[in-house]
Amino acid sequence: MTMIEALRSAMDVKLASDPSVIIFGEDVGYFGGVFRCTAGLQARHGEERVFDTPINESAIVGLAVGMAAQGMRPCVEIQFADYVFPAYDQITQEAARLRHRSNGQFTCPLVIRMPTGGGIFGGQTHSQSPEALFTHVAGLKVVIPATPHDAKGLLIAAIEDPDPVIFLEPKRIYNGPFYGDHSGKSVPWASHDGGEVPEGHFVVPLGQARVHREGAGVTVLAYGTMVHVAEAAAAAAGVDAEIIDLRTLLPLDLETITASVQKTGRCVVVHEATRTSGFGAELIAEIQEACFWHLRAPLLRVTGWDAPYPHAQEWDYFPSPARIARALLEVGKD
Amino acid sequence: MSTARLSFPRPPARPDQAPDFSAIVVPQAGALPVPPPDLDAGASRPFATGMIRVLDDDGRAVGPWAEYLGDLSAEPLLRGLRDMLRMRAVDRRMLNAQRQGKTSFYLQCTGEEAIGCGFQRELSPGDMNFPTYRQQSLLIAADYPLEALMGQLYSNDLDPLQGRQLPIMHSARDHGFFSISGNLGTQYVQAVGWAMGCALRGTGEIAAGWIGDGATASNDFHSALLSASVYLPPVVLNVVNNQWAISTYTGVAAGQSETYAARALGYGIPALRVDGNDYLAVIAVSRWAIERARNGHGPVLIEWFTYRVAAHSTSDDPTAYRPRDEAKAWPLGDPVDRLKTHLILRGDWSEDRHRQAEAEILDEVTTVQKAVEAHGTFVDPQPISPAEIFRGVYAEPPPHLRRQRQEMGF
Ligand SMILES: Cc1ncc(C[n+]2csc(CCOP(=O)(O)OP(=O)(O)O)c2C)c(N)n1
Ligand SMILES: [Mg+2]
Repeated sequence: MTMIEALRSAMDVKLASDPSVIIFGEDVGYFGGVFRCTAGLQARHGEERVFDTPINESAIVGLAVGMAAQGMRPCVEIQFADYVFPAYDQITQEAARLRHRSNGQFTCPLVIRMPTGGGIFGGQTHSQSPEALFTHVAGLKVVIPATPHDAKGLLIAAIEDPDPVIFLEPKRIYNGPFYGDHSGKSVPWASHDGGEVPEGHFVVPLGQARVHREGAGVTVLAYGTMVHVAEAAAAAAGVDAEIIDLRTLLPLDLETITASVQKTGRCVVVHEATRTSGFGAELIAEIQEACFWHLRAPLLRVTGWDAPYPHAQEWDYFPSPARIARALLEVGKD
Repeated sequence: MSTARLSFPRPPARPDQAPDFSAIVVPQAGALPVPPPDLDAGASRPFATGMIRVLDDDGRAVGPWAEYLGDLSAEPLLRGLRDMLRMRAVDRRMLNAQRQGKTSFYLQCTGEEAIGCGFQRELSPGDMNFPTYRQQSLLIAADYPLEALMGQLYSNDLDPLQGRQLPIMHSARDHGFFSISGNLGTQYVQAVGWAMGCALRGTGEIAAGWIGDGATASNDFHSALLSASVYLPPVVLNVVNNQWAISTYTGVAAGQSETYAARALGYGIPALRVDGNDYLAVIAVSRWAIERARNGHGPVLIEWFTYRVAAHSTSDDPTAYRPRDEAKAWPLGDPVDRLKTHLILRGDWSEDRHRQAEAEILDEVTTVQKAVEAHGTFVDPQPISPAEIFRGVYAEPPPHLRRQRQEMGF
């Protein structure tokens, strides 16, 4: 199953089993979304459950807050993460704090799905990775799957979660894993373990990282597309890396992370987002607090450069296997 | 039991149905007068809910707006026709180039050529458009060099934006074309701010905002109208209603509003709705609105009524959501055909000359295309230095960017 099919299946399962689940966003209704994640859901579950909205992201989220506050479970789509910013007020100042400020009179069990990240020659408004702008906000949970299996299990968990969840979908790996070489042959999810997705209902609990590859040499922390790119980089560099797919950035599975870093004593953090104040900074701060006496080398980050996401120079911007490999070798030095 | 039920606007026809535009009222050409330049919102209601049209079904220019244009010589009309043919040729060649993998993305404006081509020819140097990605016709009629336009699409060394931006996201300050953003709506309120700057600085210049029907739903559309109605700056606010926003039927953005033009009336801004496939109506109303703004009568909104003939973009397949032959049923016809018919009727043009002009223009565009492609395409790239991405983030690169550039190897 592709990640698109897995996400669709998650929404289908929840629409069928829970009448309070409702789906809306731009082009998600009849057409089924520009990435086709909701294709067929309107025909199956009706227009009152799956519908198109005007192009107004703050309305999409504001409406969802209103519905969620009375106990419905909206799962809304923002067409690209780059277009979430008109909704930033509704997300960070409203959804995130409703439970707290009303002392539980009103809550906000909603999911905001959005394709994130680069790798599709989308230029600066179809490529950004805004996760840190959400992890910085108290009251939000932030999820990003790296396989179809996890996409389905995490999305079901997110829809069932009592609090607002930002659900980031790495669009580069919608149809297959990506190993960092855009000129290489594309690989379908059908030929990857992560593409095996159970039928029906199952959850991948929020807040649990996954050890993508066990290793003893160096811990690599990654999420989304970069899990696979890091895997390719480690193989190319011949480094016995332990690759951890974070899956949920908030709440963070610090236990899995520290167990690994205490074992290897070395760590590289990889993300597509820009470096300064990126989520890598948070990870590194947590690791040095929890693992300082186990560390054998400085912690390193491989990230997008601190420039707007470029179009033609995309593959010089995107953290390449070569850059990651260099960091792995660097951090492996005694 | 509750009787409250939600409404979900639906298009008149889906792919398995016959096109149906029976709900669209097409008023007679020449029916509406030319209002005084100080038209206010209340008095503009008939213009906001009707439709200004100049060319009738036979191709004759009729009514007060035709008179407003005065005794037009053939020259500006033939130039308009050539602008539109050039636009169409560029769209055709670039779509083809994208299909061949020479560029990553393209997006056509087929059916909407008259609007940008006509409006631009009525602007003066120094005026500034705040366009969307579908207003390449403004650049064509501003005589923007095709080398720069295509260089941007191929992200090669002829690209004035150094490969940084997605193809079609042009920026051409010297040609009155503000840097395009992918984030819908943002430019509309910026146009109002630019116009306020023109008034504050006394430049005598005006601004023109552009937005699609779908994006009128954005907050910034309403911010623009509100700001314009408070400060009354010299701005023309254009809405290009091409009936679709990707797969979403225009009714989803319109709701119960009679027309997009009528939206402005609530803000106290006068508005006109115009047949956007009628080149003469376009130039007449553009001239009126631009003059009005320049002469200090404040903002005006124009809804250009048209149809998006092509797919949304090269990433889109419209047969998944609308009838395949819907464009053929569009009641306002094709802007090129209509101007051609008018010019032939005037005795200034012929089918033969038209065919010849089409071929010549396609030839000219293809020649430039080949020359531009020699500077590199996506299949045969001659990359711009990656270090380019660090230039222009700030006026002066701060130390951390210099460090990152070194780390990149430059
Ligand atoms: C803020 C924002 N939300 C969503 C999008 C995605 N998007 C790009 S074009 C488009 C449809 C716009 O339709 P319309 O305004 O009618 O312009 P048209 O394409 O018809 O010219 C959408 C939803 C975007 N670019 N920006
Ligand atoms: Mg439109």
